[in-house]
Amino acid sequence: MRSDRQSATLALKLAAIGGLLFLHLPILLIFAYAFTTEEKSYQWPPPGFTLKWFGVAWERPDVWEALTLSLKVGLIATAIALVLGTLAAAAVSRSKFFGREAISLLVILPIALPGIITGIALRSAFSILDIPFSMWTIILGHATFCIVVVYNNAVARFRRTSGSLIEASYDLGADGFQTFRHVILPNIATALLAGGMLAFALSFDEVIVTTFTGGQQSTLPIWMLEELIRPRQRPVTNVVAMIVVLATFLPILAAYYLTRDGDQIAGGGK
Amino acid sequence: MTSASSNALLAGRRGFTAQLSDLFWRRPGLLLALMLAPPLLWLGVVYIGSLIALLAQSFFSIDEFSGLVLYEFTFSTYRQLLLAANFDIILRTVTMATLVTLTSAVIAFPIAYYAARYAHGKWKALFYLGVMLPLWSSYLVKIYAWKLILAKEGILTWGFEKLHLTWLLEAILALPVIGGNSLSVSYLGTFIVFVYIWLPYMILPTQAALERVPGNLVEAAGDLGATPQQTFRTVILPLALPGIIAGSIFTFSLTLGDYIIPQIVGSSRLFIGQAVYTQQGTAGNVPLAAAFSVVPILIMAVYLWVAKKKGAFDAL
Amino acid sequence: MTPAVEFLHTSRHFGAVRAVDDVNLAVEPGEFFAMLGPSGSGKTTCLRLIAGFEQPTGGEIKIFGDPAGGVPPYRRNVNTVFQDYALFPHMSILDNVAYGLMVKGVDRATRYREAEKALELVKLPGYGTRKPGQLSGGQRQRVALARALVNKPRVLLLDEPLGALDLKLREQMQEELKTLQRSLGITFIFVTHDQGEALSMADRVAVFNNGKIVQAGTPEDIYKRPETRFVADFVGSSNVVAPETMQRFGGEARWASIRPEAIRVVAEGGLSATTLVSNFLGSTTRLSVEAEGMKLHVMLPAGQPVPEPGETVRLAWNAADVHYMDGAL
Repeated sequence: MRSDRQSATLALKLAAIGGLLFLHLPILLIFAYAFTTEEKSYQWPPPGFTLKWFGVAWERPDVWEALTLSLKVGLIATAIALVLGTLAAAAVSRSKFFGREAISLLVILPIALPGIITGIALRSAFSILDIPFSMWTIILGHATFCIVVVYNNAVARFRRTSGSLIEASYDLGADGFQTFRHVILPNIATALLAGGMLAFALSFDEVIVTTFTGGQQSTLPIWMLEELIRPRQRPVTNVVAMIVVLATFLPILAAYYLTRDGDQIAGGGK
Repeated sequence: MTSASSNALLAGRRGFTAQLSDLFWRRPGLLLALMLAPPLLWLGVVYIGSLIALLAQSFFSIDEFSGLVLYEFTFSTYRQLLLAANFDIILRTVTMATLVTLTSAVIAFPIAYYAARYAHGKWKALFYLGVMLPLWSSYLVKIYAWKLILAKEGILTWGFEKLHLTWLLEAILALPVIGGNSLSVSYLGTFIVFVYIWLPYMILPTQAALERVPGNLVEAAGDLGATPQQTFRTVILPLALPGIIAGSIFTFSLTLGDYIIPQIVGSSRLFIGQAVYTQQGTAGNVPLAAAFSVVPILIMAVYLWVAKKKGAFDAL
Repeated sequence: MTPAVEFLHTSRHFGAVRAVDDVNLAVEPGEFFAMLGPSGSGKTTCLRLIAGFEQPTGGEIKIFGDPAGGVPPYRRNVNTVFQDYALFPHMSILDNVAYGLMVKGVDRATRYREAEKALELVKLPGYGTRKPGQLSGGQRQRVALARALVNKPRVLLLDEPLGALDLKLREQMQEELKTLQRSLGITFIFVTHDQGEALSMADRVAVFNNGKIVQAGTPEDIYKRPETRFVADFVGSSNVVAPETMQRFGGEARWASIRPEAIRVVAEGGLSATTLVSNFLGSTTRLSVEAEGMKLHVMLPAGQPVPEPGETVRLAWNAADVHYMDGAL
């Protein structure tokens, strides 16, 4: 007989730990390569270690341009996704209306369909409408698939927020706007912050849709993709890769801590 | 009695927001419409419109001499999909997606099972983050990491050498079809990277489904005399299946549509994603690209329909 | 006197479901009024109609003589104590209590002073800095009460106010609510499915069933003179006797109710019955017996010998304790 209290078998433990190592070791390897002295190949073990590539990367204007564009796109797309995702979540969770299911499906579709389809669909729409590629076409694509992340977070929080809180606010004399400001917003704020961070992380990392909706500009992932296909200075790519990993960890950890409390409440009965 | 002096119903307050609030209260449908309009316009019109425009293109064809798109309804583009060269691409992609999905399920299960049933408190959080961080880490960086690992001069070759197993690696690379010059230009390499990148998408729903298997059910099975193997086969696995199917939706769909992984790690033979990319880009055959992109949509539609019947959506 | 709350042929239908169906009711100012009924009987919907969360689909509601149709909840000087208390989890207790004053634009110093006073009223002075999550169920309920009372409402609505509390706390709160209502003179309307609660606290009770008021009156009226079988059965589980059985019992051939405590076990004479089961309830013992093919409940006061199951007992009651009812239901 086995129960939760009993310890797992050794084989299961090894398989679980092995699986986690499989997920993490490749990412850690990037860190080692960022310090290698080898320029021309991916030689392992590195013949020597140096910090000089951080300086070289720092001096590269193309890296800075790509980074700036990625930040701009990420911030604006996140802002749009926050507004649209929250509105859709509020509408779906507050009232029962015909077609709620359709809304959920519609929001999830851009991420459920392969990115290449979203990308090529938007590209063909742009060309039909004669819209030139710019930062804004990239943003449009990113906002489309970022909505779902905000939506999911907001819907989950709305579900946990008791409907009687809103009624209590009305009951005590607050009108719709006052209720939104004093009751609804404070209750969903952390979920929105978490959703926003995940949306930003998603946008910051996106490459497939961007290859179709971007013109000459390169976001950081596009820059990286070019370096992967036609390497120019491999050690610089290594350094950028390591920085990208570190940079995406922060919003993910933050989003985790922001939504953790609610999950603990949800699982509090265990 | 101070309360008796005030009126029971208060007069309407002045001011724009107060009046607007009253209007929304009287007509909740108006507020709902206003809330739904922006996301519906964005997703329903811009996004769905684009998808329809894309689908429409697949019913056009390309003039073989001028290379221009003929805007006449035809199935000829779809017939092209059945040409041996194109059909091979579809077959190759579906085979890869199937293998990746099966392998992911096998690797994911112990992690999900351990996290769901044995990890508590701090360990649980650690497992959760241990899956979430790789999931959200940069996609390209992860592929790049594998390019480093699988390179001929990379850490894997070095490892085999240190273990005096170079002969084994060479034997694997010498295998027909899946082998190649080095792992980074072989199907085997593509396969490993696909599994690696999509594995977290399989772990999370599987774990979610396993969390819902009540512990006493397992004890009950044991109580009734089932061996651990029987308990696993007859109780745990069937209950975890919706989660595994939910995870497989991700791994299957993501593999079907990806064009970057096989481009960076793999042989020069195309997958559906690459075919779409080259057809609409360098080849300039947008109708064929559109027809190609309908394939994963159709496959996924069937897949989702089957998954829904098996109750996989509850595990999402 | 103008009624505090008046229902005039008020209905609230949700599609085919008649949650509230043609209800007429007048609650007098300063009254402690109970709406009693099983779940789904329409009592809570009535409360929500008064608060303004629902709008009538037929008829109208007047609050102190003014038609309330189309007036949003935030324009009604009516406050609610919610069943789950609905305290704002992100605010301190003091901010919760001061909320109503805050949205009305009362300055900070005044509203905090008023909120502190309201907390004293519900015997929670000095709890202002805590968060709702740090309070017990009973304390949260007091905060919900203070949060409503600080607005000096003309009518206070309480939705199953004691439902979530344990027995001892419930009895204590019943007394406190009653005292509070008397001293403030505010009209209290509370909804409950617990007949004991309704009878012990309210000045008047309306019994709901299937969206309609089946009987309204003083607790004594309702308890002693139920007008229908439903009321007799729901309010204090009376013995409802069918006309033909009543005739065999020696009464009139009409539907009747006899309260369990009105039936006595006597040494001789009376009606012969067989004991089925006895339940010891502390101060009394409840006996289930069968007489003339009908099951009856009898309350034995403490000290009386308790018959064994199967034992034959003789029952008697005063003719005045038999309450005849008009209408079948």
